[in-house]
Amino acid sequence: MKNKNKKRIKVKKVVNNFVLYGFLIIGFIIMVFPFYWMLISSVKPREELLTYPPVLYTLKPTIEYYKQLFSLIPMQRYLFNSLFVALSVTITNLFLSSLAGYAFAKHKFYGKNFLFTLILGSMMVPWQVNIIPSFIIVKKLGWLNSFYGLIIPAMVNAFGIFFMRQMISTIPNELIDAAHIDGCSEPYIFLRIILPLSKPGLATLAIFSFMSQWNNFVWPLIIIHKSDMRTVPLSLAVLNSQFGNNFGLLMAGASISILPMLIVFVFLQKYIVKGIVFTGLKE
Amino acid sequence: MRKKKKFSKRTKWAYIFVAPAMLVLTIFVFVPVIASFFLSFTEYDGIYSPKIVGLKNYINILFNDPLFWKAVKNTLVYVIVTVPLGIGVSLLVSLALYQKIKFSSLFRTGFFLPTVTSIAAVSVVWRWIYAGDKYGFLNFVLTKLGITSMLQDWLMQPSTTLPAIIVMSIWGGVGYNSIILLSGLQSIPDSIFEAAKIDGVSVWEKFWYITLPMLKPVMLFLVIMSTINSFQVFEQVYIMASSTEYFGGVLYSALTIVPYLYERAFKRFMLGYASALAYLLFIIIFIFTLIYMKISKFYEE
Repeated sequence: MKNKNKKRIKVKKVVNNFVLYGFLIIGFIIMVFPFYWMLISSVKPREELLTYPPVLYTLKPTIEYYKQLFSLIPMQRYLFNSLFVALSVTITNLFLSSLAGYAFAKHKFYGKNFLFTLILGSMMVPWQVNIIPSFIIVKKLGWLNSFYGLIIPAMVNAFGIFFMRQMISTIPNELIDAAHIDGCSEPYIFLRIILPLSKPGLATLAIFSFMSQWNNFVWPLIIIHKSDMRTVPLSLAVLNSQFGNNFGLLMAGASISILPMLIVFVFLQKYIVKGIVFTGLKE
Repeated sequence: MRKKKKFSKRTKWAYIFVAPAMLVLTIFVFVPVIASFFLSFTEYDGIYSPKIVGLKNYINILFNDPLFWKAVKNTLVYVIVTVPLGIGVSLLVSLALYQKIKFSSLFRTGFFLPTVTSIAAVSVVWRWIYAGDKYGFLNFVLTKLGITSMLQDWLMQPSTTLPAIIVMSIWGGVGYNSIILLSGLQSIPDSIFEAAKIDGVSVWEKFWYITLPMLKPVMLFLVIMSTINSFQVFEQVYIMASSTEYFGGVLYSALTIVPYLYERAFKRFMLGYASALAYLLFIIIFIFTLIYMKISKFYEE
């Protein structure tokens, strides 16, 4: 009797595991397949690319489409544009967000609550509401089709300030007070105490800034009309409409565009997940 | 006396520290939010100075613009399907990932992949999955499964364009949602589950009476965030359902509010009209958020 019960529990466990792993494996395949197909299609030789039934592997990988990518369109230029914009925005965003975050977390000044409420409030406004005047302002400043237009409006954002304020709030006041008593200046305290102590927060914010800039599509779409100022996602949209039938070329472009994010993700997954959980649970 | 002086020096530095950030936010966020409110009462093409027309834009949008209502309808369908299905699937995924499983980090990475990659790149690939000729991968899978009656050009057929985009969006959102849900699950104290185990509670009861109520704050957050994001869907529609001949799907079958706004603002340069659209979208999103807040308060009491 007892033995039978044990057996039943064991069978139940096997069935449970079967369902659990079955679900996870099918889910995993659905999630990863588009990426796998993108990569494999970008290296398949022409004659294997459009066969029926489709083949999921290739024995003769080729870089033909990557070569095309750099000869048909100035892909190297687009990669540079994207990289330059994403890095510039990341650096300024880290610096300006932590500066402002420090002031909001550790200083008393007139208008502080008002400004901080304004910042939090602006996070609730959808971007569509301010994008038209932003476009007009950038146009009036003569920054259409330029790095200025791509970088300066994105230099700092409400979320970054909020995030850094939360991070810097956790630094003990005694450390800052002690530095004051030792006669340290405010810029010195910021550079030598605040910044080093907020490294984990800065790392998370850096990944997020880089990621959102690298993947940003709407803003470049609106302000970039000259071919040589396009960013990578924008060039993909153009490839998609101009070379829509060149499957291998499109997949090579898509692969190149996601490659930096894949690398960042594989190495810094921990920070990304932490950051997402932070924004998800504390907001 | 000396202390006071020092304090004012600190205050001076505080202003210097917030100044650059506030300058950028003022020019590119605060002023634009107010400016677009005023623009919404004007006709403006970006070249000649804006002409004040009162409520004309709003009246035209609400009463003389079938395309706007088409976009609203499509967006509502998109939101009403994507939000619950997306969160439901993510809940299953997070419950599966919460178990003690082998290769858990591999699975997590897989589900999370679309979250870090650009929607533009992913949309390009999905366009080919949905392609109508025999090279479309979805059609190939359906053929293999013997469902040949469903073979079609998914993104060219008005009845399937929006559903195709919805499926792709759910796929793209599962990673983010399930990471948040997973962290919610992990924050439930083990002692509660242990107590339930001693009381001999079944798996279903455990899920229904412990897990779900404990996840409520996280769920509410996700529902609000994913509703807001879904109302703003743009890239998928722009890349997957637009070409030189049509915009937002054949017969506008997948035209949602933001692509419509983009088209009015940056293809036709009806900047006043588009600003009114933006404020209407803002109001719609705001109302939805309020409703969620009210519902959750109601259940708390």
